[in-house]
Amino acid sequence: MQKPSSLSEQDRQLVREMQENLPLVSRPFLEIAQRLGISEEEVIGRVQEFLRDGILRRFGATLRHWRVGYAANVMVVWRVPEDRLEEVGLQMAGAPEVSHCYERPARAGWPYNLYTMLHGKSRQECEAITARLARESGISEYRMLFSVRELKKSSMRYFDEEEGRSNHGLRTGQVKDLI
Amino acid sequence: MSVPRARGFVSMEIDALDRELLNLLQTEFPVASRPYMMLAERLCTSEEDIMQRLRRLSGLGVIRRIGGVFDSRALGYLGTLCAMKVPADKIEEVAAVVNGYPGVTHNYLRDHDYNMWFTVLAESEQRIRSILDEIRRATGIDDLMDLPARRVFKIKVTFDAEA
Repeated sequence: MQKPSSLSEQDRQLVREMQENLPLVSRPFLEIAQRLGISEEEVIGRVQEFLRDGILRRFGATLRHWRVGYAANVMVVWRVPEDRLEEVGLQMAGAPEVSHCYERPARAGWPYNLYTMLHGKSRQECEAITARLARESGISEYRMLFSVRELKKSSMRYFDEEEGRSNHGLRTGQVKDLI
Repeated sequence: MSVPRARGFVSMEIDALDRELLNLLQTEFPVASRPYMMLAERLCTSEEDIMQRLRRLSGLGVIRRIGGVFDSRALGYLGTLCAMKVPADKIEEVAAVVNGYPGVTHNYLRDHDYNMWFTVLAESEQRIRSILDEIRRATGIDDLMDLPARRVFKIKVTFDAEA
């Protein structure tokens, strides 16, 4: 994986362009190249390098969730003894219903140190999966945190020039992207 | 993940070629001079037909975006998960402050005393800290946990979510 410091200003501009919608014209990369003042070949070559180096996880369409059969999800937080974290983390990561599995620090009054996001067809199925993971791992101290409401879901805008200015987003009364 | 309201309606307007196209668009989008022409050749149709289908599928909301999905860490960004105890009557007000930051990409209400859970991405740890300080100051709520990942055991790259 390439070090972030090796991204030139031109790369940063290219990242900004790539997080927009690809123009719906016959030669979309040419249109981007013209905006950046470089050649179409350079744009295509650099995007392929980004893919190869893992800077781009992928290039293509992002769909809405209309086709997804998994309608329910839950974040489960687990209290795992320090000396079992590695073993239990890997075990839970191996479950097909688990999409994310992270170790995070415990805090005062919040003893949970392993976080899993898991998916099922219904709330009941999520509960059954959680019970199975608890049984298999022997971790009995956990909490299921179902989401009640989505307050925001958006794509990150990397190298956004607006964000560089301080206190952005703190103007009172400004509601942005409240979905 | 939610099933959209217009499911039945949308599925009626999507034919077999659309489905093939949607699969190719996600997994094998050609990064090449004439990508829509190459997709057309794969699907034995014309470039103009592909572009019309893309316009329609975007209009229907099936396609959210065609573009790059970046790895935030590879770009030098750091992220954290935060949990906050927000009184029920202050949720809208606090959400407006929190969501105002472009680096806050996800924010969910969950059924716990720690009821507001959001992610923050920024270019430095210092910037994350200053965003959290600003949120504490602007909302008057001190009970905000910063829970950065220490170890990642799994991140599934899903084809239907950008997170």
